[in-house]
Amino acid sequence: MSTITAALGTDRARRLRAVLTVLFAGAVAVGAPFYFAPFQVFQLTMVLLYAVALAGLNLLVGFGGQISLGHGAFFAAGAYAAAVMLDRYDTGHLATLPVAAAGCFLLGLGFGVPALRLRGLYLALVTLSFAVFLPPLLKRLEPVTGGSMGLTVDKLQPPAWSGLAEDQWMYFVVLAVTAVALLLARNLLRSRVGRALLAVRDNESAAEVMGVRLSLHKTLAFAWSAMFAGVAGCLYTWVIGFVSPDSFSFVLSITLLAGLVVGGLGSLYGPLLGAAFVMYVPSVSQDLSEAAPGVVFGLLIIAVMFVAPTGLAGLPGRVLGAVARRLPRTAAALDRTPEAESAPDAEPKSRTESGTSATLDPADPAVVDAEPVGAPPRTEKE
Amino acid sequence: MLAVDGITVRFGGITALDGVAFTVEPGTAVGLIGPNGAGKTTLFNCLTRRCTPDGGDVRFEDEDLLALPPHAVAGRGIARTFQNLGLFPRLTVRENVMVGAHSRGRTGHLAAALRLPRVQREERELRDQADDLLRRLGLADVADHPAAGLPFGTLKRVELARALAVRPRLLLLDEPVNGLSHGEVGQFADLVRSVRQEFDLTLVVVEHHMGFVMGLCDKVVCLDFGRKIAEGAPEEIQRDPAVVEAYLGVAA
Repeated sequence: MSTITAALGTDRARRLRAVLTVLFAGAVAVGAPFYFAPFQVFQLTMVLLYAVALAGLNLLVGFGGQISLGHGAFFAAGAYAAAVMLDRYDTGHLATLPVAAAGCFLLGLGFGVPALRLRGLYLALVTLSFAVFLPPLLKRLEPVTGGSMGLTVDKLQPPAWSGLAEDQWMYFVVLAVTAVALLLARNLLRSRVGRALLAVRDNESAAEVMGVRLSLHKTLAFAWSAMFAGVAGCLYTWVIGFVSPDSFSFVLSITLLAGLVVGGLGSLYGPLLGAAFVMYVPSVSQDLSEAAPGVVFGLLIIAVMFVAPTGLAGLPGRVLGAVARRLPRTAAALDRTPEAESAPDAEPKSRTESGTSATLDPADPAVVDAEPVGAPPRTEKE
Repeated sequence: MLAVDGITVRFGGITALDGVAFTVEPGTAVGLIGPNGAGKTTLFNCLTRRCTPDGGDVRFEDEDLLALPPHAVAGRGIARTFQNLGLFPRLTVRENVMVGAHSRGRTGHLAAALRLPRVQREERELRDQADDLLRRLGLADVADHPAAGLPFGTLKRVELARALAVRPRLLLLDEPVNGLSHGEVGQFADLVRSVRQEFDLTLVVVEHHMGFVMGLCDKVVCLDFGRKIAEGAPEEIQRDPAVVEAYLGVAA
């Protein structure tokens, strides 16, 4: 009984902490555009919209165990859907969002079908081909897409009642969409559907034996993922007000994937960190020299992969783990000093004590957790 | 309950199963024995639709099992464990067990994304059921631990818990005690016996540990090179000359 109440207590404490964290993050996010200069607010807006695309990619790669080098193309599809609607049909900004989302969802569903048969490098190549052929296609379809010149459309304008500047209004709209998108992704993962997705990632055949319909969950993972990228693309059009084929070369796809891996695969807030990485590293390193961004970006990816193979999101956990492993030893060392000072004749005894506690270290749960004993159970090959 | 009739599986030139036939009555435990490569796991794979036989017929409660898509088997009340563990290493023990309940859940993608009230209710129910099973199998302490890194004996129990979460009527155990120490084999046998009673299970067990098979099963089927060479009560099988020659070994 007492253990149950204790568990309830920790559960409640955890929930409270989560609520407080969300409130704090919300307050910072809402306060930011009033504190920073317009250009910095614009950068934050870009971070948020990249985070949407990365959250989508995370569903597919981090949680679904598939791969896509074509998400830049879904991003472009969403951006162009919005731009063409604004340019030719003058629909207003809000109407473009559901169209871009639904269109990319269907596009993703279509790409999910070959993904059922292909995996690893082969899937990477098929999706990469989409990213490679889309920009030339956009150039060819000049009557609709404006060809290589691209399309210039109206940016999102703040309504008069808001009293906000353009950059602030865009920031808030993008913040709202991002919050909804991240919430949807989180809900999806914390459900039967999300567990099915993770199970397929970890062990496909066992998942199927448990009743998980592989084709359904894999294609829908692709569709959701493409939809998020499309929504991000749509936001991009709203914010930048200009699209051209060269903005969406296949390098964008690779940048997105790199951003996700750096941010943290399979982590709920990894996409935010990854988006910040993708946004700020090139723009900060630009100050060094014109050629610096590519080099710095590459070097930093290597550095992050060495220091934090689980991505930036996994870094705090790794640091805490490393500290916890060191702590018992330090505590033992600390134990010894006061005793030795107060009672010199007890020194030999206390030394043996600290000696035993040091040898007991391997039994410490933190140590055992850090080095899993035995190989992880792997897929049964049949 | 389960009727396997003339089932034949060929991999290229090798005939893994050759006209194997046997039946499993409700509430019984059937042991499937035979030397390595006799086709036992292949037979299991046919029963769970992981492989399609070239000939023959499998009926489960008068339904053609071979006509079902693989993911529908669990929904019919058939669960299995794997020879070398088929757990999801990066999921926690509790999540592993909750995946076992997948076929009983209703939540679709859209409802999950919107987290409708019924999704929350279902999550709570599945979680409570999983926790009950974990307590029952003495796994409550490791519920939040990822499956990777736990001791092998514990993982075997986790896999059993996950299979029970399917709410199976027919449970297929593929070498449940391989890799366990002598004492663990006894404990696991007791566990299987008690859950069999409690959940009213029909069992098919592939196992090399003769003590385990003979102690648990009402009937034993012996395979060798894809053919059934004997079938009968455990005592008969132990005396059967064909079984002794093929499997238990002839005294020099």
